[in-house]
Amino acid sequence: MENTYNPMELMITIAARNLEDGAMVVVGTGVPVAAAMLAQMTQSPNLTILFEAGGIAPLLPTMPISVGDSRTTHKGLKATSMAEIMELCQAGIVDYCFLGGAQIDKYGNLNSTLIGDNYEKPKTRFPGSGGANDLASLCWKTMVVTPQNKKRFANKVDFVTTPGFIEGGTSRVDAGLPANTGPYKVITDIGVYGYHPDSKAMMLLSLHPGKTIDDVKANAEFEVIIPDNYETTVEPSELELKLLREKVDPSGVIIGRG
Amino acid sequence: MSDKQLKKGIGELFTSPNADDMRAFLKDKSKQMKNKLSSVSEAIDQFVKDGDYLAIGGFGGVRIPTALIHEIIRKEIKNLGFAGHVSTHDCQLLSAGKSFNRCDAAYIVGLEARGLSKNSRRMFESGNVKVTEWTNGALSWRFKAAAMGLPYLPSRTMLGTDTFKRSAAIEVECPFTQQKMAALPALYPDVAMIHVHRADVHGNCQIDGILVADDDIAKASKRVIITTEKIISNEEIRREPSKTVIPYWCVDAVIEMPYGSYPGNMPGEYFSDEEHLADWLKAEKDEMQLEEFIGHHILSSKDFYEYLEKNGGMNKMRKLMQAEHLY
Repeated sequence: MENTYNPMELMITIAARNLEDGAMVVVGTGVPVAAAMLAQMTQSPNLTILFEAGGIAPLLPTMPISVGDSRTTHKGLKATSMAEIMELCQAGIVDYCFLGGAQIDKYGNLNSTLIGDNYEKPKTRFPGSGGANDLASLCWKTMVVTPQNKKRFANKVDFVTTPGFIEGGTSRVDAGLPANTGPYKVITDIGVYGYHPDSKAMMLLSLHPGKTIDDVKANAEFEVIIPDNYETTVEPSELELKLLREKVDPSGVIIGRG
Repeated sequence: MSDKQLKKGIGELFTSPNADDMRAFLKDKSKQMKNKLSSVSEAIDQFVKDGDYLAIGGFGGVRIPTALIHEIIRKEIKNLGFAGHVSTHDCQLLSAGKSFNRCDAAYIVGLEARGLSKNSRRMFESGNVKVTEWTNGALSWRFKAAAMGLPYLPSRTMLGTDTFKRSAAIEVECPFTQQKMAALPALYPDVAMIHVHRADVHGNCQIDGILVADDDIAKASKRVIITTEKIISNEEIRREPSKTVIPYWCVDAVIEMPYGSYPGNMPGEYFSDEEHLADWLKAEKDEMQLEEFIGHHILSSKDFYEYLEKNGGMNKMRKLMQAEHLY
């Protein structure tokens, strides 16, 4: 059957499906936490949610507005420090992290620090890494959810805040980052992307219904690898949409933006 | 290690990581468990001066020492350095006061899901603030290294990025595994300001909910000012010693400041005042309007109670308490 949904609802649903039962994920506010909540309500009741400020395994009553507010420890298992959360990631127990950013390049490097070419006097200053660099360095798999356009999918990010595959190939491990970690998927309003196993360059995995390869190309400054066997994204089900609209984000704070 | 070349961040190191300096300081520090009750005004006069390096507890809009930051603005203390360790409303306040000229930045100029602070951006885009780049993990571990009495800790974060390049971290080879690590210099602030749930007059403190980095910050800092929702007896502290997060010897001043994290959230007590935080962001769009806004809320308020009154007083606090408990 055909459902009507907006791009935000689609991205959250895809992100949720990528979090399997029993996994541990560090999330931020907005799309990531919505995806984790939806995953818990569908296929992954035993998904452990962590917040970088110190909240561990809350039973989230509503979406938090800060990754450190009281909601992030509501009926949780532990309230701890930021150091301990990052230490868990560094120790290797955390499967996923979810990130965004102003720009991403073809190796999944992210910029959330500044726009411009003068570090001392940037054109636009953004918050910086926050925990993003730590999480992307230390968790096993990094997922990025972002609307896609030519400005965001940049040939070269103005500042590598957060590591993806750096310059591709083995450069991430050569830089000293833990082996077998790195970018996993990028979920946009056009498609879902992974990374080529050798070159580590971004590669189309599935195209959303109604989108075309031309849309992919027109909305990326770099060349996205288009394999012969990409799939079509499965649309959100009636149940997923119902849970998302009625339980996860009833006031439409996030999905209203779609 | 396949890439043998060890790199060095080019960012400025604003504080000395020398653990022996802190050892000498602590050797001479009074360890007497005396009454440290003070007032916001006295504590700032006594313990914060122009040019100090400041660490602020909490998480930007959660459990923040708002009253103390207001006082820094009112007293026009300038040229501070500060640790931007998820610095959201606190960064907004220090920017409003033009109180700093250098910053170790992990998270600045934003208010998380609420948006970006236009005035904090103006401050950081002006070219008048020296910035060294870090991450939340890196700053947490820099405080931890200091709390441990070490000059640095190795870590596996920041490697391979511009964040590392603009930091003051140095790549080192692990002497045991020969793996590349980022050595993070210990961060010893001159002064820390931390808001807690409960403290006795000596400065033994209890915190509910997340600690963020405040146990380490208290140990890492030369001077510590505590504001607390409530003063409790020493007997109550001794009844549950496992609850003591910050011990008395770290602390120089204790101030009872109910609703002291307002407009931030205080876990278990009251939620953040999102309307007021939205007003802040709105006022920042125009510099004249911001001046008026700060004049009304901070400069013309004789103390924090007056600021609370201007924002709805007890009636508003009740509402935020209800919001905290999801009523």
